[in-house]
This record gives sequence, structure tokens and C-alpha cells, in this order.
Amino acid sequence: MRGYLVLRVIAKLLIPFILVFGLYVQFHGDFGPGGGFQAGVIVAAAIIFHALIYGLPRTRLVVPEWVVETLVAAGLLLYIAVGIASMLMGGGFLDYSVLMHDPVHGQHRGILLVELGVGISVAGVMLMIFYMFAGRSRTPDSEK
Amino acid sequence: MIESNLPALQVVLPLVAAPLCVLLRRGSLAWLVTWSATWATAAISIAILLRVLDAGTISYTFGGWEPPWGIEYRVDIVNAFVLVLVSVIGAIIVPYARRSVGAEIRSEQHYLFWAAYLLCLTGLLGVAITGDAFNVFVFLEISSLATYILIACGQDRRALVASYQYLIMGTIGATFIVIGIGLLYLMTGTLNLADMAQRLSTMPLHRPQLAALAFLTVGISLKLALFPLHLWLPNAYAYAPSVSTAFLSATATKVAVYLLLRFSYSVFGQSHVIENISVEAVILALSVAAIFTASLVAIFQDDVKRMFAYSSVAQIGYITLGISLANQNGLTGGIVHMFNHAVAKGAIFMLLGCVALQIGQPLMAQMAGLAKRMPMTAAGLVVGGLSLIGVPGTVGFISKWYLVVAAIEKGWWWLAALVLISSMLAAIYVWRLIEVCYFREPSPELEAAGEAPLSMLIPAWVLVIGCIYFGLDATMTAGTAASAAQSLLEATR
Repeated sequence: MRGYLVLRVIAKLLIPFILVFGLYVQFHGDFGPGGGFQAGVIVAAAIIFHALIYGLPRTRLVVPEWVVETLVAAGLLLYIAVGIASMLMGGGFLDYSVLMHDPVHGQHRGILLVELGVGISVAGVMLMIFYMFAGRSRTPDSEK
Repeated sequence: MIESNLPALQVVLPLVAAPLCVLLRRGSLAWLVTWSATWATAAISIAILLRVLDAGTISYTFGGWEPPWGIEYRVDIVNAFVLVLVSVIGAIIVPYARRSVGAEIRSEQHYLFWAAYLLCLTGLLGVAITGDAFNVFVFLEISSLATYILIACGQDRRALVASYQYLIMGTIGATFIVIGIGLLYLMTGTLNLADMAQRLSTMPLHRPQLAALAFLTVGISLKLALFPLHLWLPNAYAYAPSVSTAFLSATATKVAVYLLLRFSYSVFGQSHVIENISVEAVILALSVAAIFTASLVAIFQDDVKRMFAYSSVAQIGYITLGISLANQNGLTGGIVHMFNHAVAKGAIFMLLGCVALQIGQPLMAQMAGLAKRMPMTAAGLVVGGLSLIGVPGTVGFISKWYLVVAAIEKGWWWLAALVLISSMLAAIYVWRLIEVCYFREPSPELEAAGEAPLSMLIPAWVLVIGCIYFGLDATMTAGTAASAAQSLLEATR
């Protein structure tokens, strides 16, 4: 894509907005349509867009594979951590009501964190799938 | 706090350890995490069983949503027994697996293997513990997806094909199960299993209930590899890494059997559906067919892992046979055979893993003279084999005793005779192995090989000794199985 100046400039302009929109969908999920799953896909789409325009090797420099793997695990871990925190604070597993001084705030905080966990994991998994397929060489033998 | 949250911790602990393994990115650290998580999980399951035996059914609600609206974990004696079985086997395999995984799986994949192992354990425990129909499906998928990875890790390239085959069959099974659950939800308006059972009992018979039972039975039968639906199993077990084979053969099919018990007894037990259709007769016929065909095919196998994989299909036939007899002794026999077969097959596949460490994929010809070079491994295989035959003094005898007594109680002498004749078939394939191991000169592959390392032999021999111990003193296993059978039968009309 070296020759396509317009594409590269537009991509550079668009990617931050896509990421911000992803964050909006993530954190506005309890008031409007959205939530962790959709936000994760949008964030991953921004990075996949980067890979389509600038090529996979450059994207791998920006978001290395180990970061992607960590994202997958960290999101799930955050989700479970909320559950364990609610157990430590005297409720059952994922009983958000005990997380804050009053149940309504607790529920709010709980679902926000859990959805963040979902978002992180989904973004990670989407990228992982993309990396796996895009990184495959044409002949199976040339791989290592 | 820990006391009241035990049912949640049972599933959460392996679930939290799996992403930890991925974050650590080091095979040895991941192994350590797996080790601690699985042993803690096993301890929790024993604590739960003791509490259930002491105080009766435990109910745990998630997120403060009361059942039947929220997700409920419901542990009675039946699934407490399954939880102990799965988590204890899962724990015993981990110390054994260090060397075996080190030899059979590329080192940069170790931490991912352990993550998949833990996720599989999570899924299996989740299926066993949950009291919510949709939750059953979700956990079933977690365990299945992890299982496909565990199988595909095998060195042999055929492992990939076997895993893919299982993926297709497993997905069809899971789809059938979710269709069944969907129909039940449609008819009853609830997903809570206990609530569902109660609503079904007062409902007049409608066709969708019949369809639901049919879909569930076929879907679960695919998962537990009941006779005509067993085709995915032999290749999957034969080409998977030794650790995966040992773990899956001992646990995965048993959890599916538990699901069959749960749906056919607890959920449909009091409904009008079960009176109008004889699922038992179908399962009985298929079980007998499984026992005979799979045992016959096992006799002609040259790959020893494949031979015991076919034997697994036959042994699952005994379990479902017990379920289809639907009386106290039959059910006890079926349930106790879940445990007994898990111990015996777990031991055998672990010992075959020891052989694989020394000579690679264990083929019949290459195992010639095994007793001279690896005496402990060979002796363990003999004990495991005798358990499969059902020789008195081993666990297999206990289960077959109950099955035969149950058949005679029903007046089905032909069935008792068939169970005994089928044991002869098991004797043939086990004897083939013993003959090769003990009465031949060592094969060239074995010439240089020595005994397997103690870190692998000790866990395997714990199960081998289990084969004998629980064969001599069955009060704990058969006792628990009997009360589990009783509680299942009480729930039916």
C-alpha cells in the first residue's frame, strides 16, 4: 500500500476516532446500545484496519502477539476478579450489590468492570484470530 | 466465607488459573499454577461431597438472583460424586504430566496446553455442578472447545484430523442439546432444572416435550460416545497426547453420562413423556451392541492406545446398560462403573504414556517384552486390564456384579449371560497385550529403554492401587453410588 497516499492518510486520521468510538460503545453500554462485546470488536477492527493498510509486520510492531495474548487472558481475569472481589466483600460470586456502599452503585460498578473485561477479551480474541489467519504462509512447509 | 462459597470456587478456581497460565507464559510456572489449582479443586470437591453427605443438597445462587430466575448451582449426591471423580483424576494427572507433556508437546506451547487443560476441567466441573439448563450448554462448549485443543496437540499429524472429526461430531451433539434445551424452555418457561422437572410433572403430554427428550438423548449420546455415535472417539484417544487421553478417557465421557442421568431421571423423571416412550429399551439395545462390537473391534487393533479406546466404547456401554436397567442395583452398577472405569482407564492410559515416553506411539509389536524392560509399567497394565475384564478383587468386578444382579432381579437371565460373555471378549484383548508384554523377547525399540521416571510411575500407580483397593473395599464407592441411585429413583414416578 506504499503508493496509496490517500488511503494511508485517511487511515491514520480514522483509527483514533474508531478507537474512541469503541470506548464510547464500551462505557455507554448501560445507557444505550453497546457493551463489551461490540466495543471489543470495534477496537479490534481499528487495529485490523491498520494491518490492512500498513501491512501485518508493521501492525505486529505496534501490537505484538504477546500483548494480544495477554489481553485475552487479562480480560477474563478482570471478569473473574470482580466475582472474587464480591465474594471477599461478603456477597456471592458476581453479587455486584456488595461492591459499593449502596447496592445501586454496586451494581453499576460491577457491570461496568465486567463489561470492560469482556471488551478486553473480545478485542484480544478477534485480533488473535486475525493474526493467526493473516500470518499463515501460503505453503505449510515454509512455516518454520 | 470460603465455606459458603465452595460451589462457586469449585468452578472459579480452575477458571482463574487458566488465564494466569497464559499471562505467565512459562511452561514450568504454568504447570505449577495448574498443579496448585487442580489439587485445591480436588480438596474443594471432597469438602462438598462431605457436606452433601452430611446435610443434603446444597444450593448456591449467583449474583444475588434467586432461582429459578438466576443461575443456581445445585449439588446433590449424584453430582457431588461426579465432581470428586473429575477433580481428583484431574489433580492426579498433573504431577504425572510434567515429563509426558515435556516430551510430547512443543515447549513454546506448554503454557497454552495447561490453560486448555484447566479450561477443560472448568467446563467439565461446570456441567456437573450447575442446576441451570443453559449453563449446562455453555460449560459443555467450554469443555468441548478445550478438548479439541487437547487432542489436536498430539505429535501425530492424524491428531489434527481426529480433533477436527470430533469438532464436527461434538458440535452436532451440542447443537442437538441446545435444541432440546430450547424446546424445554419453550414448553416450561424456565431454565432451572429443578423448576423444569416440577413444571413438566404437572403438564399434559405435548409433542415438543417428546422432541426435546429425543434431541437431548441423541446429543448427549454423541458426547458420551454411545455405540453408533462413537466414531469420533477411537482416533481422538489414539492420537491425542498421552496426558490428554488419560484425562479425557477418565472424565469427559463420565460427565456426559451424568448429563444423561440428570435429564432422563431428574428432569423427565416425573413427566408424562417418560411413560409414553421407552428410552430405556433403546439405550439397552445400543449398550449391548456397544459392548459386543467395540470389544470385538478392540481385539483386532495393533495400536494399543486405539485398542483401549475401543475398549472405552465398550465400557461406556456397561455404564449406559446400568442406566437403562433403571432399578436400584442397575443404576448403582452404572454409577459405580463411572468411577471404576475412570480409575482403571486412567491408570492404563497413564501407563501407556510411560511407554510412549520411552518408545513413542505404543504399537503391539513394539511393546513385545515390555515386562523385562519396564516391569512396573507392565504390571500396572495387567492390573488395569484385569479391572476391565472384571476379575474379582478389582474394581471391574464390583460394577459387573451389580449389573448382573440387576439383570437377574428383572428376570433377564439372557442379559446376565451377555454381560458375562462380553467379559470374555475383554479377556481376549487384554490377554493379547499380556502375552506380548510378558512372553516375547524385547523388541528392538525397547532394547535400550529403561523403566519410566518415578514422577510418572507414582501417579499412575496411585490409580492402579485404586483399582485393587476399591475392588476389595467398595463401601465408599458403591455406597455413595447406591445412595445416588436411590435419590435419582426417588425423583421418578
